[in-house]
Amino acid sequence: MGDSSDFRVLQGGDNCIIIDFGEEISMGLNRKVHNLKNWISKKQYPGIIETVPTYRSLAVYFDPDKFDLKYFSGDVQKVEPPILDSFPPERKIIHIPVSYGNHFGPDLTDVAEYHGLTMEKVIQIHSRPIYHCYMLGFTPGFAYLGGMDERIATPRLTEPRKAIPSGSVGIAGHQTGIYPIESPGGWKIIGRTPLKLFDPSADPPVMILSGWGVRFYPVPTDKYEAIKEMVLSGRYEPEITAREDR
Amino acid sequence: MKIRVLSSGLLSTIQDKGRWGFQAIGMPVAGAMDLYSLKIGNILSGNPENAAALEITFKGPTLEVIHGEGLLSCTGADLGLRINDRPCPLWRSITLTAGDQVSFSGLDGKGCRGYLCFSGGIDVPQVMNSRSTYLRGGIGGMNGRAISSGDLLETGPLPYLWKRTAGLECPHHLIPDLFNDLPFRVIPGPQEDKFTDQGKNTFYSSVYTVTDLADRMGFRLKGTPVEHISSADIISDAIPLGAVQIPGHGQPIVMMADRQTTGGYAKIGVMSSVDVYRLAQKLPGEKIRFTRITLEEALYIRSLMEQTILEMKRVRAKYRSRILPKDHFSGDLSGTFSVVLDGVVHRIDWEEKF
Repeated sequence: MGDSSDFRVLQGGDNCIIIDFGEEISMGLNRKVHNLKNWISKKQYPGIIETVPTYRSLAVYFDPDKFDLKYFSGDVQKVEPPILDSFPPERKIIHIPVSYGNHFGPDLTDVAEYHGLTMEKVIQIHSRPIYHCYMLGFTPGFAYLGGMDERIATPRLTEPRKAIPSGSVGIAGHQTGIYPIESPGGWKIIGRTPLKLFDPSADPPVMILSGWGVRFYPVPTDKYEAIKEMVLSGRYEPEITAREDR
Repeated sequence: MKIRVLSSGLLSTIQDKGRWGFQAIGMPVAGAMDLYSLKIGNILSGNPENAAALEITFKGPTLEVIHGEGLLSCTGADLGLRINDRPCPLWRSITLTAGDQVSFSGLDGKGCRGYLCFSGGIDVPQVMNSRSTYLRGGIGGMNGRAISSGDLLETGPLPYLWKRTAGLECPHHLIPDLFNDLPFRVIPGPQEDKFTDQGKNTFYSSVYTVTDLADRMGFRLKGTPVEHISSADIISDAIPLGAVQIPGHGQPIVMMADRQTTGGYAKIGVMSSVDVYRLAQKLPGEKIRFTRITLEEALYIRSLMEQTILEMKRVRAKYRSRILPKDHFSGDLSGTFSVVLDGVVHRIDWEEKF
């Protein structure tokens, strides 16, 4: 449907087009996605229902009766690279307690064996970086985190599991993330957090927002249970700090 | 009306057109699986086409009107509708009054999802602009869950001219053709280039069977595996309604109303939305085929559905004004507009009086 130097406009059915920036996880590319989202929302094209940013693309959902697809596709080609490359995102870091391994993380041994590492080393590598939240998606409040160490990158399960408990922390390829609600999925599960990442009665209903930093820290099972109790009684406040770099 | 649930059926959930507008925080859309039948049913009951109704699955509930009166239209699959234990036709509005019982005698083998559209719609609180139930997230509808015995359903205010709408039937040519064996039409998708030519050929020429893992989230199919060029994994991308994902095992999964907003398996294509509503009626064990169409064709198919819905509204307007001479009908007999009063947007429905 037409390409620019930065992106391709792809078909996503009869009520969606996908503006794809390429098969890559990078801050630079993700910034273009969010800048295009802002540019489109300012233009207020009639017939757009919503836009959904991902790592690498922006999905534009539309009402075919009211949306001029040809005009929009042509217009979007004119977005200049300086518009796509601008903007410094707001930065906060949320600290997430995780109980790694055992029944909370049934695939931790697999991940360790796959890389010839000890489980302790996998935990250490996973809980060290400040991850960047590129997008929310998949299920309510699911934060896709970038910045995982290549040494623990592990392929997905070939047959997805039918039910993964809420709070499960997983690895899929070069990505890591947390399942906010019970759902099917193919990620390798290495641990679980007692925090409630999605709560429809809260404002906002999600705990991690796009653009935030996220840090995991290991906690023993008894500490997990103690935090879980505080979360259930509404007494737990997650630790949120300001991000210093950039 | 107030309606008591005497038994829940297998899976009966409150659904409207879905929770659009929140996919950016990962909120799935949900909504009626067969939106086409929901819309026709609502028109038959005198409602706006996207009012909240009860989606019933495989085995219908038993309900009793305990207060008030109003209309019911049942559309979609025939689960064996009975009113006061007498068989009752689908695709028409029926007047219900206190004491009436609605029950179901069983499937007829064609389709599995029915829609019970009550005049006024089902009045549950809106969550994020929708009354649709999203079961996995536990939000919307009846406290985020399917209805169960003992629940009390309340309908909204009776729509204008509801009494004149009683007995309205959907003309045969406007009933959606939901149970045919035609191939399911697929628009080439965002990752078609992740599949080999042989893989694409397999997908569009093989017969696939609907497995027993076919629910509101997705329909898993079984058949000849579709070959990828290298890997099935992609950097996560948005998942539109009807997206056909193919994970590493090569078996297609068609993503339905409760699909995740984004996901990491390559999508060979996206099914025409009209065919998604038809797929929603397929039973486990049924065989399906796919055919590749262009976006232009898909938009045309969709516009035919929109025309049918519009035609159904015209039929309703004529039906309601049936006592007038024929030559009276020119121009619109009903419509909708909005007006802003003190900064608040009000939606006004109007209908010509006779």
